[in-house]
Amino acid sequence: MWVDRLWQGVIDTFLMVGVSSLIALLLGIPLAVILVTSGKGGIFEAPHINRVLGAFVNIFRSVPFLILMVALIPFTRLIVGTTYGVWAAVVPLTIASTPFFARIAEVSLREVDHGLIEAAQAMGCRRWHIVWHVLLPEALPGIVGGFTITLVTMINSSAMAGAIGAGGLGDIAYRYGYQRFDTQVMLTVIVLLVALVAVIQLGGDRLALRLNKR
Amino acid sequence: MNATAQRSLPLHTDLPTSAEQAELHPGKQRAHVRFINVGKVYQGQQGPVPALQGIDLDIQRGEVFGIIGRSGAGKSSLIRTINRLEQPSSGRVLIDQVDIGEFNEDHLVALRRRIGMIFQHFNLMSAKTVWQNVELPLKVAGVPKAQRQRKVAELLELVGLEGKHKAYPAQLSGGQKQRVGIARALVHDPAILLCDEATSALDPETTQSILGLLREINQRLGLTIILITHEMAVIREICDRVVVLEKGEIVEQGPVWQVFGNPQHEVSKTLLAPLQHALPEDLQARLQAQPPHPHASVVLDLQFTGSEGNEPDLSALFSAFGGRVSLLHGGVERIQGRALGHLLLAISHSPLSLEELLNRARKQAQHAEVLGYVG
Repeated sequence: MWVDRLWQGVIDTFLMVGVSSLIALLLGIPLAVILVTSGKGGIFEAPHINRVLGAFVNIFRSVPFLILMVALIPFTRLIVGTTYGVWAAVVPLTIASTPFFARIAEVSLREVDHGLIEAAQAMGCRRWHIVWHVLLPEALPGIVGGFTITLVTMINSSAMAGAIGAGGLGDIAYRYGYQRFDTQVMLTVIVLLVALVAVIQLGGDRLALRLNKR
Repeated sequence: MNATAQRSLPLHTDLPTSAEQAELHPGKQRAHVRFINVGKVYQGQQGPVPALQGIDLDIQRGEVFGIIGRSGAGKSSLIRTINRLEQPSSGRVLIDQVDIGEFNEDHLVALRRRIGMIFQHFNLMSAKTVWQNVELPLKVAGVPKAQRQRKVAELLELVGLEGKHKAYPAQLSGGQKQRVGIARALVHDPAILLCDEATSALDPETTQSILGLLREINQRLGLTIILITHEMAVIREICDRVVVLEKGEIVEQGPVWQVFGNPQHEVSKTLLAPLQHALPEDLQARLQAQPPHPHASVVLDLQFTGSEGNEPDLSALFSAFGGRVSLLHGGVERIQGRALGHLLLAISHSPLSLEELLNRARKQAQHAEVLGYVG
């Protein structure tokens, strides 16, 4: 019977991490692009926007996930109508991982050689062309690597969310492993998590390597 | 043609105001690129730092124009004012008699498509193939695919990279990367090509081949090439005219043979030193200020600046001096069809006085001086 629950836990974990990482990806990359290009000397220089956005990202990044999750409960209820289950976990997971991923992507974007931007300007690229044809493709291997790290961190966070009723592998480990001292379940969950993280890390590294033409 | 290219029309039709016309020297050929009192000041940590001051310069259509100077002389800033990667703090830059200072983004994009640029570190997109790199300027300009393919193939053939379409920049040698850079710069059929230390990261042999390619492009396509470098050898190889920049100011300018044959400013002389036939150390050590004995040889340094366009006439020299004349050191090189040279001669057993020797030497060479005596 616990095998069924375990299977459900794997699916829930996949669902939580999958949905929130997808949203983090879609929001984080534009956020990173704005952070990089609005900075001093950037192609869309706007120091005020840069400072406000930077502060915002820092606030969400400095609050530990467990606290953030609890603090966001009213907001979560507003968005999904409940504070319990997979969908309720997606809200804090997304809000925590978007700034995290944006910062990592920002570093990759910032590392794009300024000479390439200059060359793009010299060939008559508009600023959006530079983002689309230069910054993003050149930073892609780094962004993929950063997304891998984000995914692993999210599996970690999703287990924490499980402890306050989000479901998933964390929930199972907490209820069976911690509350009932069921070592067998505990070990199985650990093995599953290790395998999951290993697969994600390996896949991410492979992809980043393939994309890197440097 | 696409919408953006259409908007470039004002570049040709916006003629300068009458005030600007007054500054155009009447009767003189219209400059392709003209700098009028251009200055650039950077805001540094300890207040403003001037990078360029009072630059007045005309660059003619179709010439290969060199800007040389030591690092930090302002070369980079100067060349970047031409496509406004750098905005001058004062003064104006005219291209085809149009002031580019007031251009908005649309105008700038159109302008930059008429000005190609290549870089010291090539600045190729590492994630794109050779083909995609050369295609990029056309792609962002909205050129249809069929036209793009024709143009990219044509340019890769011109620079000799037909077999490398699918290679990534990391798989190419330095010379090949610069060839990709050149193809990319020429893909919009520009009227001007800017070269920012284009050969400084290349070995001597590759430098020669890239300079040869630039020369060929200049002659075949008739485009104006403006290059900056800190290597005099590059200037000698391909330039028609040169300016020497020091601390943001032009300290010397003229045809290359003139600046090489008869440099006026200290900086020009310093930059030229590695190329010149300086007195070898062993001779320097033997040289004495006074004749050690009556039959000692006097050492003359004769310089031929190319101003007469004639090669040094050795038989005339030797018969003019009388006595024994030996050639200690020296050489002649040809720049822009003129013979420039340095000859160090040791003369002994001449019946003539030192005064007379120098007089006769000066009839042949543009400069002559006594360096000393050897025993």
